[in-house]
Amino acid sequence: MERTNSITKKIGSIYFSLLSPNEIRKMSGTKVITADTYDDDGFPITMGLMDPRMGVIEPGLRCKTCGQRVGKDKCPGHFGHIDLAMPVIHVGHIKSIRDCLRSTCRQCGHLLLTDKQKADYVEELKKYEEEGKNKAPLFKQIITESRKSDKCISCGREVGKIELDKPTSLRENGKKLTPSEVREWLEKIRDEELPLLDINIKSARPEWMILTVLPVPPVTTRPSVTLQSGERSEDDLTHKLVDVIRINQRLQENRDAGAPQLIVEDLWELLQYHITTYLDNQTSGIPPARHRSGRPLKTLAQRLKGKEGRFRSNLSGKRVNFSARTVISPDPNLSINEVGVPRKIAEELTVPVRVTVHNITWCKKLITEKYSKKNSPDDYLAGVNYVIKESEGMKRRIKVTEKNAETVSEKLEIGSIIERQLMENDLALFNRQPSLHRMSMMAHRVKIVPNKTFRFNLCVCPPYNADFDGDEMNLHILQGEEAKAEAEILMKVQENILSPRFGGAIIGGIHDIISGTFILTNKKRKVPIADASHILGATGFEGKILKTQIEDGKRYIMGEDIFSTLLPDDLNLEYKSKICLNCDNCTAPKCPHNAYVIIKKGILKQGTIDENSIGAFKGRILDRIIRDHGMDAGREFIDNVTRLGIAVITLFGFTTSIDDEDIPDEARRQIEEGLDKGMKKIRNLVKAYENDELESLPGRSLKETLEMEIMRATGRARDLAGEIAGKHLGLENSAVIMAKSGARGSMLNLSQMSGCVGQQAVRGERIHRGYQNRTLPHFKKGDLGASAKGFVASNYKKGLSPTEYFFHSMGGREGLVDTAVRTSRSGYMQRRLINALEDVKVENDSTVRHAGGQIIQFTYGEDGIDPARSLAGKSIDVNRIVNDIKEGV
Amino acid sequence: MVINKVLFDIMNHDLVPFHQIISEKEKTDLLKKYKIESNQIPKILDTDPVCISIGAKPGQILKIKRKSHTAEESFSYRFVVESSV
Repeated sequence: MERTNSITKKIGSIYFSLLSPNEIRKMSGTKVITADTYDDDGFPITMGLMDPRMGVIEPGLRCKTCGQRVGKDKCPGHFGHIDLAMPVIHVGHIKSIRDCLRSTCRQCGHLLLTDKQKADYVEELKKYEEEGKNKAPLFKQIITESRKSDKCISCGREVGKIELDKPTSLRENGKKLTPSEVREWLEKIRDEELPLLDINIKSARPEWMILTVLPVPPVTTRPSVTLQSGERSEDDLTHKLVDVIRINQRLQENRDAGAPQLIVEDLWELLQYHITTYLDNQTSGIPPARHRSGRPLKTLAQRLKGKEGRFRSNLSGKRVNFSARTVISPDPNLSINEVGVPRKIAEELTVPVRVTVHNITWCKKLITEKYSKKNSPDDYLAGVNYVIKESEGMKRRIKVTEKNAETVSEKLEIGSIIERQLMENDLALFNRQPSLHRMSMMAHRVKIVPNKTFRFNLCVCPPYNADFDGDEMNLHILQGEEAKAEAEILMKVQENILSPRFGGAIIGGIHDIISGTFILTNKKRKVPIADASHILGATGFEGKILKTQIEDGKRYIMGEDIFSTLLPDDLNLEYKSKICLNCDNCTAPKCPHNAYVIIKKGILKQGTIDENSIGAFKGRILDRIIRDHGMDAGREFIDNVTRLGIAVITLFGFTTSIDDEDIPDEARRQIEEGLDKGMKKIRNLVKAYENDELESLPGRSLKETLEMEIMRATGRARDLAGEIAGKHLGLENSAVIMAKSGARGSMLNLSQMSGCVGQQAVRGERIHRGYQNRTLPHFKKGDLGASAKGFVASNYKKGLSPTEYFFHSMGGREGLVDTAVRTSRSGYMQRRLINALEDVKVENDSTVRHAGGQIIQFTYGEDGIDPARSLAGKSIDVNRIVNDIKEGV
Repeated sequence: MVINKVLFDIMNHDLVPFHQIISEKEKTDLLKKYKIESNQIPKILDTDPVCISIGAKPGQILKIKRKSHTAEESFSYRFVVESSV
C-alpha cells in the first residue's frame, strides 16, 4: 500500500574492508577524551562519550554534526574516535597478523619466497580466479611454503619462529613482540606482494590490523536509558568505552612523565585487555569483563552472535504488528477453514481499506455505526480504529473514539486509508510453533466468537500438532490485496489437506467423529425418524425425505442411508474397513462383521465407516472425493462428517470408564494360568542355561540366546493375556469401539490395562542394571527369572507390585529421555537443512535451481510431479483407471 | 593420472549409469533450451573415472541416462571441468 513515493534501488554489490586510521579520523564527528558522559546538570560533556556531535537520542534535540533531529529527519548518528596512546592488536585479525609475520621478513618486509615461486603463485591465483575455484587452500599453501625457508632471500636475515599466545600476544623466537613492533613490521610489507597474502590492496593495508585509533560508535547505537528513579543507566558499550578511555589516559600520562618501563607495559597490556573485551567479550583465554552486578558485558561481538544476536533475532525474524496470540479451544461447529476469533481481539486487529469514490459512504457508516445507540452491545459490529490522512507526503493517524467518530466520519476524504476492525470472512494466517512443515501455518476465514480463546475445528489439530491442554497459537491479519490473493490460493486449509509428504490427506475425521460414524453404520443401525431428522439437521441436509422402514408401528431410517447423504452421487468404492479381522477365509462381499464397504452411486450399501473411510492418511472416501471433486468438496465433506459424527455421538451417548476394562473372573483365571505357563517356560529356560543344556542360536552366545528366548517368551505371554482379555471385551464396549474403529487408543493399550503390562525394556533389553549382580535387593543374586529382570505380570487396573513399579519407571524414563534428546537433535539437523536449501526452487521449466542459477536437477523429482498431487508418490493410479473401465464409467 | 591398461571397463558396471559426450549442436541446443551458460550445469572432473574411460575433455558436456525411482528413466547433464590436481 505504501509505495507511492519510495524509490526502490537494487544493491549491486557490497564488499568488506578495513578502516585505515585516517578514514576513522575523517569520518569522526569528534575526538573523545573524557571518560564521563553527562555533567551534574545532566548535559552531555563535550568531547565526552555522549557528545551531541555523535548524534542525539532525546527527541527534539538537534545533532551538532548534521543538525537533524532523532525522530522525523532521522539523524543516523555519527562516529567519534579515540586516539590510542600506544597501538593495540585487533583480536579479530590476530590470525591474519600471525600469518603475515610468518611469511615475511622482519628486516626488509619481503615475502619469504623466491621470485620464481612468487610468479608461479601469481599465475596460479589468476587461474583459480578464472575458474571460480576456492582460493583458500592455495593461500594456506603459500604460507606453509614461505615458512619453510630459514633465511630471507632478499636480505639474508635469519627467519625467526613466530608463535601466537592466545588471544593477542605474539612471540618471535620466544621474545615478546609489542604491538608497535608488529606494526612496524607489517608496514614494511610491499603492496605488490599483498595479493599473495590474501589481502586486497584496495581494501586494506596489513598494519591497519593494529589499532592506533579506535572508532567510537554513535550514541544511537548505545543509547542510555533513564530509570524511573531519574537515574541514568548506560549501555554496556559505553561502560566498556569508559574503561578504554581511562586506561588510555593513564597510559599517556605515565609515558609522558617518563614512568618506568614496567608500569607502562602493564598499562599497555591493560588497554589491550579492555579493547579486546570491547570487541568480543567471549574471547577464549581471557576472563570476560563484568558489570558491577557480576553479569558479563554484552559487547560488539555478543550483539551480533547467536540465537539472540542481531542476525537471528532481528533480521531473519522480527516482531510484527497486526498479530494476536491466545489459548486455543475446540469447536466442531466451525468449518475446517474457519477460525474463531474472540471479539476483544477482533476489535484490536485491523485491515487497511483505501477510501474511494465507490466505498466512501460505506466507510463513513463504518466509522459511526459502531457507536450508534441502535446497535445492541451483544452484537459484534466492526468499527474503525484509525483513519490515516495523507497530505503533502505527511501521514497523520487519527484515532477514532466514541467522541470524535461523528466528526471524523464527516471529514473523511477520498484517498485516506481507514483501519477497519476485523470482520467475518476476513483472511487470517493461523500458526502454531514449532512450525515444522508448511501446514503449520494456514489461512483461515475469521469468525467472530465470544470469550477469549481462538477456536477451530478438531480435524485441523494434526497438521498443527495442537491439543487443548493450554496450547497457544498465533494469528496474523493480511494487510495487502496481493498478500490476501496469495494466501487465498496457496495457504487456505483446504489447499493443504493433501500433504506434499506422501500425496494423501493429512486432515480427516478424528476421535469422536470416527466413533460417531462407526456407531451409525456398524450394526445396520435403525435410527428413529425423530433422531434421524436431528442428525440430518445438524449436517444441513436438504432434499427428499429418506427411505423409511416401519417396525412395530414406528418409523426408522437406516444409519447407512443417513451417512449416504454426505456422499456425491458418482462415488463407487469397495474396500475393507479398519475393523476387518483378516479372517483366514475371507468372504469379502458378504462379510459377517460388516467390515467390507460397498458404495454404489453414492449410496452406502454395506460396511462400517471408520478410520479407513474418513480418517486422515487412509480415509478412502475422503481421498476419492478430493481427487474427483476437488479440495473444496473435500473441505465440505470433512465439515459435514464432523457435524454428523458429533451429532450421532451426542445423540446416542458414548462413554468410557475404568469398568470398560473389567473382565470376568473366568478370563482372569485364564490369564493367570497363561502367565504361569509362561513363567514356567522361562524358569525352564534359565534352568537349561544353568545346566549348560541350552543350545545357542547361530551367531549368538549362550547368554544372548537365553535373553532372546526369554524376550520372546515374555512377549508371547503378554500377547496371550491380551488375546484372552480381548476375547471378553466385545464391540459393545466403548473402549474397544475406539480402538477397533481407529478413533483413539489401541488393543495393546486395553490389554495392558486389563491383561498384563508385559516385559519392561531399557535399550531394547531386559533390565539388567543394578549392584551385586541383581536389579533390586528383593531378588537373589544372579537371578535370571522373569520378575527379577523387569517382567510386569500385573495389569494397570489391578496395579503394579513395588518391584514391578520400579521397573516400569525405568522403562518409562528411557522413553522420556529419548524424546527429549530426539527433539533437540532433529531440530538442529532441520535448521542446518533449511539453511542449506532455502534458496532452492523449481523454475517454470521444471528445473530445480538455486539463487546462483546453478541447476541442481533438470526435472523436479526426475518426473516433474508435485508429490502433493500424486497418489502415494505415483503420478498415475493405474488400478483406478482399470477399475473405471471395468465399471464402464 | 594415466591409466595405461584398462583392466576393467567401468562403463559395463551395473552401478555406473550410461554416459555419453554430446555433440556441439546438442550442446548449443541444450544451453538454449534451458537459457543457461555451461557453468550452470552440474560439474564433473576430467579426472573422474568415467571421463577417463570415455575420453571426455574439459568444456564438453556429458549426457547421463540413469534409472529413476519416480520416472523409470531420467536424463541429466554434466559439464566437464579441469581438475586442479
